[in-house]
Amino acid sequence: MNWQALSLALFGELHAIARTGDVIHGTAQLGPELTIAVVGTADHAAIGVETALAQAQFVLDTVVNHPGRPILLLVDTQGQRLRRRDELLGLNRYMAHLGCCVDFARRSGHRVVGLVYDQALSGGFITSGLMADACYALPEAEIRVMRIPAMSRVTKISEDLLEALSLTNPVFAPGVANYVAMGGIQALWSGDLKQDLLDALAATNTVDARATLGAERGGRALAARVVQQVLVA
Amino acid sequence: MNPHLSFAELNARERVIQLLDPGSFREMLGPAERIVSPHLSLLGVPYAFDDGVVIGSGLLQNQPVLIAAQEGRFMGGGVGEVHGAKLVGLLQRALQVRPAAVFVLAESGGVRLHEANAGLIAVSEVMRAVLDVRAAGIPVVMLIGGANGCFGGMGLIARCADHVVMSDQARMSMSGPEVIESSHGVEEFDSRDRALVWRTTGGKHRYLMGDCDWLVEDDLDAFRDVAIALLGQSKVLTLQNLLDEQRMLTDRLSQVGDCDEATEIWRHFGVQTPDRVADMDAEQLRALNASQVKGIS
Repeated sequence: MNWQALSLALFGELHAIARTGDVIHGTAQLGPELTIAVVGTADHAAIGVETALAQAQFVLDTVVNHPGRPILLLVDTQGQRLRRRDELLGLNRYMAHLGCCVDFARRSGHRVVGLVYDQALSGGFITSGLMADACYALPEAEIRVMRIPAMSRVTKISEDLLEALSLTNPVFAPGVANYVAMGGIQALWSGDLKQDLLDALAATNTVDARATLGAERGGRALAARVVQQVLVA
Repeated sequence: MNPHLSFAELNARERVIQLLDPGSFREMLGPAERIVSPHLSLLGVPYAFDDGVVIGSGLLQNQPVLIAAQEGRFMGGGVGEVHGAKLVGLLQRALQVRPAAVFVLAESGGVRLHEANAGLIAVSEVMRAVLDVRAAGIPVVMLIGGANGCFGGMGLIARCADHVVMSDQARMSMSGPEVIESSHGVEEFDSRDRALVWRTTGGKHRYLMGDCDWLVEDDLDAFRDVAIALLGQSKVLTLQNLLDEQRMLTDRLSQVGDCDEATEIWRHFGVQTPDRVADMDAEQLRALNASQVKGIS
């Protein structure tokens, strides 16, 4: 789904979301008294220094000018931009700054919800949707670090074995269902998207419970247990 | 003082033991407990009894600290499910015991691709845990000096910490040169051009840019001295800090965003002899930064 169709499905005509470069930003009305700030990227954007900085600016503007206003992070990215110039300028610092701004908004009383509406890849996802109180996805979205053929080349493990293992273990293969099973995605939004958003805002939790969720769902058996073992070691 | 010990040449456990007060390190979930990655054995790949990260508590200058060290020789220090959870657990423990600092000796290529989905989520969990500890007024200090650098998700985690310390041999960035070269060709980034790689991602560049706060020689005692200086030195993130960071990063883009080479950036920021930076040692770099360089964060 593209960002215009998504905005329409979420908010009807009651939104002022615009696009500048790869960044989408604006506000929408969820009710007479409820405005939500919306920021994210479109068309599988590569997250470079400008894209990270523009999103951070929007989050900070919201914190400064509209304390407490909920924030929706819309994720559609091919990952970080793979250019020497971005590394020269310190892309990890720009992206981490975005993550810190999202985290600060959460701590300052803004409810922050992420939504993967098309594609989420590796680094581009870590500092946006995965820093929200909770991240959701559309069922047709794609989330991955790497496709199986590429993973096979890097790890020197046959595609057949990776494919076979991915049927029973969600850590190997792309797919939103795997991220739900591991607790990285809270739930899929497949009904009335506006109602899903309202429910998500009502349910947000500032404590990071994803490891526990992954254990309950059977997709990430060890993470929560290991954390607990360290706490009592 | 020890005779010179290269930080880079030590393994993770040796670094921890040498950094802390003698005999004070107590490892948690150590190799004897054999808490290993279940995913690697499914793939027929060798696993490690500590999943490539050493964690525990100890004393530094008689002050209690928590510490983690990634083992770059095991899967490049890649973050998998167990590895990431050990880091998260250590950081959560810091909230309970309130040490004088949490040290992370980072050496990692980022997400471990053999368990990529779990590693990706784990990196974001570590980021949030670091920021929780930081918000509680407990300093998180990244010490980066291993041969494998600090890349990908670990590069993001590093920049969430209160302080970043690098050796002049260390590297920190998002994507590694090999990844960029394989994506956009050797003209974009020649990963075998060692000098170019260091100018773009190395400790000296990061220090001159202000992306690392301290630059030291590849020497265990040099890291230890800075670690001691940073005990209790918390930098809680405030709105003003974030607004300042936003302004600095915006200025950086407008001032040097068109530079193609690190030497151009250094010259812009007031380094009068950028061609000599490669030959300078950490002490000369620090002196340069104090005397010449203007306009960096």
